[in-house]
Amino acid sequence: MRIRIRHETTYRYAEPPRTAVQHLRLTPRSHDGQHVVDWRIDVDRDCRLVQSEDAFGNTLHRFSVDGPLESISTVVEGEVTTFDMAGVVLGAVERFPPVLFMRDTPLTTPNVAICDFARETTSKESGTLSKLHALLGAIHESLTFDAAATHSGTTAAECFEHRKGVCQDFSHLFIACARAISAPARYVSGYFLGSDGEDQVAGHAWAEAYVEDLGWVAFDPTHGVAPQENHVRVAIALDYLGAAPIRGAHSGGGGETLEVKVRVAPAAAFSQSQSQSQ
Amino acid sequence: MDSRITQFDELAGADGRTRAPYRKLSQWLAETPPELLASRREQAELLFRRIGITFAVYGAQDATERLIPFDILPRILSRSEWTTLEKGLIQRVTALNAFLADIYGAGEILRAGIVPADLVYRNPAYCPDMAGRRVPFDIYVHIAGVDIVRTDDQGFFVLEDNARTPSGVSYMLENREVMMRLFPELFALHRVAPIENYPDELLGTLRSVAPQRANGDPTVVLMTPGQYNSAFYEHSFLADKLGVELVEGRDLFVRDDVVYMRTTEGPRRVDVIYRRIDDDFLDPLCFRPDSALGVAGLMGAYQAGNVTLANAVGAGAADDKAMYTYMPDIIKFYLGEAPLLQNVPTFRCREQEALAYVLDHLDELVVKEVNGSGGYGMLVGPHATRAQIEEFRAKLKAHPQNFIAQPTLALSTCPIAMGSGVAPRHVDLRPFVLQGANGARVVPGGLTRVAMTEKSLVVNSSQGGGTKDTWVIDDAWSAEEAMGQA
Repeated sequence: MRIRIRHETTYRYAEPPRTAVQHLRLTPRSHDGQHVVDWRIDVDRDCRLVQSEDAFGNTLHRFSVDGPLESISTVVEGEVTTFDMAGVVLGAVERFPPVLFMRDTPLTTPNVAICDFARETTSKESGTLSKLHALLGAIHESLTFDAAATHSGTTAAECFEHRKGVCQDFSHLFIACARAISAPARYVSGYFLGSDGEDQVAGHAWAEAYVEDLGWVAFDPTHGVAPQENHVRVAIALDYLGAAPIRGAHSGGGGETLEVKVRVAPAAAFSQSQSQSQ
Repeated sequence: MDSRITQFDELAGADGRTRAPYRKLSQWLAETPPELLASRREQAELLFRRIGITFAVYGAQDATERLIPFDILPRILSRSEWTTLEKGLIQRVTALNAFLADIYGAGEILRAGIVPADLVYRNPAYCPDMAGRRVPFDIYVHIAGVDIVRTDDQGFFVLEDNARTPSGVSYMLENREVMMRLFPELFALHRVAPIENYPDELLGTLRSVAPQRANGDPTVVLMTPGQYNSAFYEHSFLADKLGVELVEGRDLFVRDDVVYMRTTEGPRRVDVIYRRIDDDFLDPLCFRPDSALGVAGLMGAYQAGNVTLANAVGAGAADDKAMYTYMPDIIKFYLGEAPLLQNVPTFRCREQEALAYVLDHLDELVVKEVNGSGGYGMLVGPHATRAQIEEFRAKLKAHPQNFIAQPTLALSTCPIAMGSGVAPRHVDLRPFVLQGANGARVVPGGLTRVAMTEKSLVVNSSQGGGTKDTWVIDDAWSAEEAMGQA
């Protein structure tokens, strides 16, 4: 499927900062399940955008700008062709052996409740893949999507306690559970093509877990499915922090507000929906 | 019978006969009236108070700043003992460095199956961001504090490798300064190797690893987490001795992958950062996003090769207490040599058989958390209460991979001056090893830590331990004899 994406992020400051630095993980790479047809990245400030690769092989852009800055806006736009691989991730950049993705991070450390939940959910299943599918279903069932319940620093344990969260929290919980049953797991940030074609207020996130003899397999606990053609994979890491689309810091100033507009649509329908909205 | 009689004393040996390096000191002690010792102890206390050398104890309810107890009797090593130790230390730190370059590079030791890969990749101190990056001159461990103990006069054991941000060197320097003021007569009796050049050696080491573009005249700074850090005194002391700026994260900023320091004359480019701040807090864009102590963009500048951090980010992956058990193999693998310093026999609780043994012998063993430091999270079996042992048993069963255990060593003792005379107390030694593009070196001495409480084996200052001046003296034993030979 050909998917077109436009993702605009705007930071506004009530008191303009003197300088700002940002790290962007907003550029997808091609692998067997997706081909990046075209992609461009644009920052509305005069700056040098330095491209590099981070620890996990994600494309990273960095820049620093001098103020006073009333706002910084970043737009990425491009087209990706996706293929149904039944969730199996092949041909992607792998910088580490799977065991690295057994590391706990503050956002994904399982507590006793999560360990119990993971064990109980998977006790009747044999084989890693069916255990992971059991977790996928159980997490999708037991959590309620609620954008107001959590924030970017919410841990898997906190999310599990309230049984509420957004895609980031669903993914962290899945990762914590997978690692608790000794399956290496990692966080994926990317885009999801929904059926409604509406503008989205954020990118999407899901997880990948390692299955012996099969490799990395994607699981989307928010939707309760294994990603097929509707997911565009941008960055992977141990948790949200490592894969976050934008991480920034500024000196001086304050009163930061953030506005995100994401449009994901079939390439054929994209320009049409865009022209309609204008 | 007191078991300590059979144990090795630095002064009296195992048999009560004064060992050669201590002959002059022993004689001097015999001739010196106790009142004089007592008055010198008071003077020492006064001097340290005036210098204001303090440290903070985390988790203590009373005063946040304490004076570290100082004992006026020096701990003495002969030149030949020191030479052995020095070779062993340099060997050890060279191997630690080669190991780090390997696990962040080709990973040969993992492929060879010598160190289990999961122990490296799951180690919290392993920094994925450093994988596949080169650091300037391939040096990761610029400053190491290696904790050494002995149980006889035959050799030395390494208790711990500190490859992150080892502290304590300010005490080494201050102790010497105070001793020279208090006991000029003792220095006249001995030819004591100088350590005052440590700041120069450290600065030389730091300058040697500066990025090429600094053109031989690099700007070096010392970065501290700030005055609330337990070692802040040391940070300001060292910056002063080095003649470099003491900075906090907020004094630095990064522009286009270059680090600058704010000065009254405008931004000044920084080439080398001797950082006394943990990896996690260095850069909020890469590590803890809530860190207000670091510098946003620092890792970018580091990876671009525009600034050198000492020690390297991720160096802690080598000084983990679980990795420690592999050090003899690590030395053989990279250097093809047998280790000159011994490891204390260690049970890896992650291994089932070892765990079973440890659980059965908790009352005899010292159990340590793999990632703990400073004597926190440690069980000294023979001195622990039933309740403490049971608490550790539960911890061990829940997370065996987080622990190692070692037999309680009969650590050597060294006499300390007390109100009632002189009494033996357990000691260890932390020499400071420097490694730069200009080679590796150790100033002759180190920080001798002493357990001030009788029979206590815990020498950490955070647990009430004290310090002593450490002397390396020429084997001619005294200045007189040496001159007599000349």
